[in-house]
Amino acid sequence: MKLFLKVVVALVLFGGGIYLGKVFFGRSKNIPAPVPSYFNGDGASASDSAAMGAGTVTGKIFEIKPGHSIQAAVGQANPGDLIRIYPGVYHETVYIDKDNISLQGVIENGEWPILDGEKKMNDAILYSGNGTLIENIKITNYKGNGIMGQAGNNYVIRNNWIVDTGVYGIFPQFGKNGLVERNILTGIEDAAIYIGMCDNVDVRFNEVYGNVAGIEIENSRHALVEYNYTHNNTGGILAFLTPGLPIKTCFDVIIRNNYVLNNNTKNFGAVGSTVSHIPKGTGVLIMAADDVTIENNIIMGNENSGITITDYTNAGVNHANDPESEPNADRITLLDNFMDKNGSDPIDEIKLLMKMKLSKKGLDIIAVGGGEGSCILNPDRYVTFGVDKYLTCKASDTHAVKTYLLAKPVAPRQTTVAEKGKMTYYGVCSGCHAYNTRLVGPPVVMVQAVYKSNPKGIVDFITNPVHKREDYPEMPPQNYLSPETRQAVAEYMLSITK
Amino acid sequence: MKRILIMLLLGIGVILTCGIFLKPQKMTGLKLCSTCPPGFELTDSNQCKLRSLYQLYESGKGNEPGVGGLRTALPEVRDGFTPQQIDLGRYLFFDPVLSGNQTVSCASCHQPDKGFSDGLKTSVGISHKPLKRAAPSLWNVAFLKKFFWDARAKTLEEQMTGPLYSADEMGTTREQLLKTLNGIGLYRDLFSQAFPDKKSDDIVLNEVYLAIAAFESSLISLNSRYDQYAHGYHEALTKNEIEGLNVFRSFVARCAECHTPPLFTNQQVAVIGLAEPDRSFDSGAARVFHDSTLRGAFKVPSLRNAALTAPYSHSGRFEKLEDMISFYTKGRGHEVPATEELHIHWHIWEPGLSSHEISLLSDFIKTLSDESFKPQVPEILPSGIRLKNKLSTRLVSSVSNIK
Repeated sequence: MKLFLKVVVALVLFGGGIYLGKVFFGRSKNIPAPVPSYFNGDGASASDSAAMGAGTVTGKIFEIKPGHSIQAAVGQANPGDLIRIYPGVYHETVYIDKDNISLQGVIENGEWPILDGEKKMNDAILYSGNGTLIENIKITNYKGNGIMGQAGNNYVIRNNWIVDTGVYGIFPQFGKNGLVERNILTGIEDAAIYIGMCDNVDVRFNEVYGNVAGIEIENSRHALVEYNYTHNNTGGILAFLTPGLPIKTCFDVIIRNNYVLNNNTKNFGAVGSTVSHIPKGTGVLIMAADDVTIENNIIMGNENSGITITDYTNAGVNHANDPESEPNADRITLLDNFMDKNGSDPIDEIKLLMKMKLSKKGLDIIAVGGGEGSCILNPDRYVTFGVDKYLTCKASDTHAVKTYLLAKPVAPRQTTVAEKGKMTYYGVCSGCHAYNTRLVGPPVVMVQAVYKSNPKGIVDFITNPVHKREDYPEMPPQNYLSPETRQAVAEYMLSITK
Repeated sequence: MKRILIMLLLGIGVILTCGIFLKPQKMTGLKLCSTCPPGFELTDSNQCKLRSLYQLYESGKGNEPGVGGLRTALPEVRDGFTPQQIDLGRYLFFDPVLSGNQTVSCASCHQPDKGFSDGLKTSVGISHKPLKRAAPSLWNVAFLKKFFWDARAKTLEEQMTGPLYSADEMGTTREQLLKTLNGIGLYRDLFSQAFPDKKSDDIVLNEVYLAIAAFESSLISLNSRYDQYAHGYHEALTKNEIEGLNVFRSFVARCAECHTPPLFTNQQVAVIGLAEPDRSFDSGAARVFHDSTLRGAFKVPSLRNAALTAPYSHSGRFEKLEDMISFYTKGRGHEVPATEELHIHWHIWEPGLSSHEISLLSDFIKTLSDESFKPQVPEILPSGIRLKNKLSTRLVSSVSNIK
């Protein structure tokens, strides 16, 4: 916070200048602010989970009861299968490295299925497959995450009840097209709902309380955060561009229709984490993210400030810089919000700002640091600092955006069989089989001579090789390739000419 | 297994159809390879284009390529070199004639049998003095956007001018390098094969750089047992190894946050807070980017074939994978000297990994080994310098690698 203090003092002087300037020249109301492109709302429509490609059950249904292993069912499941988990306590880490698997808790007479890590296990659920659905599960006592996705697209995470699962509660990472809704999360030492390096996500109807951060959108693009109830966290809703990550942008975030109340819980984040620097009493915090719209939220009783907008330098976060990461919060659009009773017990730096403004009322909105193209509607409704340079917003609402989910699910990771054959030949087989020169195994021309128009012969051989040629080593079985891939590569090998 | 090896050794005589000396006794008439190395398809325009199962995942367009998850497309690859350029690069790479006193080649510090590193804490060049940092592996450099531990080069061409012209490493000069190569008739001939449209009869530096970059870009390792798992064959890994994978990607250990699949690096620089017990503190990327917050920042290395590249870290401080992993569990900043104020990466914390978890992680990292596309060491070099280790090592180890 030392850095913060220094910069704030400089800002106070600068802000004082602006304040005087405003007294003499008034607000520059007539200059329209740039309108973010999403206000055009090009045909986005609300999708349900089936339309997203998740939760469409076309296969088997597994019924899991206490004493059974959820992971054993995942191991047997095929894409399109549903795994139903009955009330009771399960101690496992469940990992889903397959597409289109649904995990569904069954709640009976108010009894939930509970994944309990007993403070010994790392994560409750890990997934990398597309089309993963996780719903109706109570998760507690893990050390890492409740639910973590890595590059799974078209995910739906809903109606889960997550209590003290360590660092993050729900954490989709590198996923495109996801829905996180109607979950309740508490006791998380970083962000309860953490959307990290994702695209196209809706976060709605969740309740997050008693966490360090309620909802965090980090280095993600096209995120809609609406109808959430965020209260009694250290910080309610955050949109961050964090440096040092492989994704270098965070933009197009709409935060609307949320309750952001009394986020005054003492910060219990891990030393060194980004969120450990958040002052308690933070309602909404925008750090270095661009094209963020804040609209129609009820933001009350947050003791530090209602909305804080900062560039990277002023955030007081102690991370190393990233030359590829643009540090300013640009084009922030502050539409009408209801704000009251914020800023009643702010950090010392902000107290200093209030003295500057001769204000006894706490700050609803504070904007510090660089950035351009930002705007605000009806600033006189709030107690503000630093928004004097903001223009008047041209847009009045974001009604045109119903959802940031995609109209069609992200396509499955599959290509034509011919391509599969080619990629497999060059990507795997060519290490031993060149076209007409000898490597480890016989050249392709020799294989072609034996199997001419008999790809099945090749498939049978590579599935269960027998030692045929005295002057070559025995081939190891290639059964790690799927039957379809084995057929494709056999056909491809017979077709190549160089 | 023994029988296989013996047969392989017997077979070597007929193996080399690429780059074979037609009249080796006279050292003339060397013909460069006209086929691509394994992993590459020869196009009609005589270019070698990478083909990998990971390219099947480009169709979804869902995720940013190269930044994590099991079935994620690779980052943009540097390919499209001709077979002849790659083969010429192979000769140059192994030829000590490139160094000032003709004793050190690129392969001295980037040895195929040691994961294209050298097994030393920090490398040794022509001056026989230990250098400042460890030799990084060259596997999969075709995908990298930053080179050197401190990320100071953006291309392989830019990178190689570092060791070539450093007095302590290869110790040559631009003038000497050109003079040497242009003085070898065989190289003049090979360069005209690899660069048929070249304007001057003389070899020029850019051709040298390009050929070596072409060879280095052909070192692809994406066929490990982990890859089989990622592509959907879950039996490829043992129960322990899968548990190791789950620790690896968990948010307790957080390995996968920086060592992101599919390359097992996110190609960023990070301050992890390593001390330098026996020498002055290495400022790392701070010097390159003129940014003090990057003091002690180094490039995140790929973990592919890491089991082959001990010792670990930029200064080679850790003998075993387990030692390197243990560093991360001993607490954020536990090694940082009192005189240093470092901006340690936020993923460095105190995960409290058990010794069992550390051994699971090590088991998992070993599943990232794959040398099935290891290139052949040239039998004879155009300079006439004899290689100490003449035998092609690729065949032997690729067989022993098969599980």
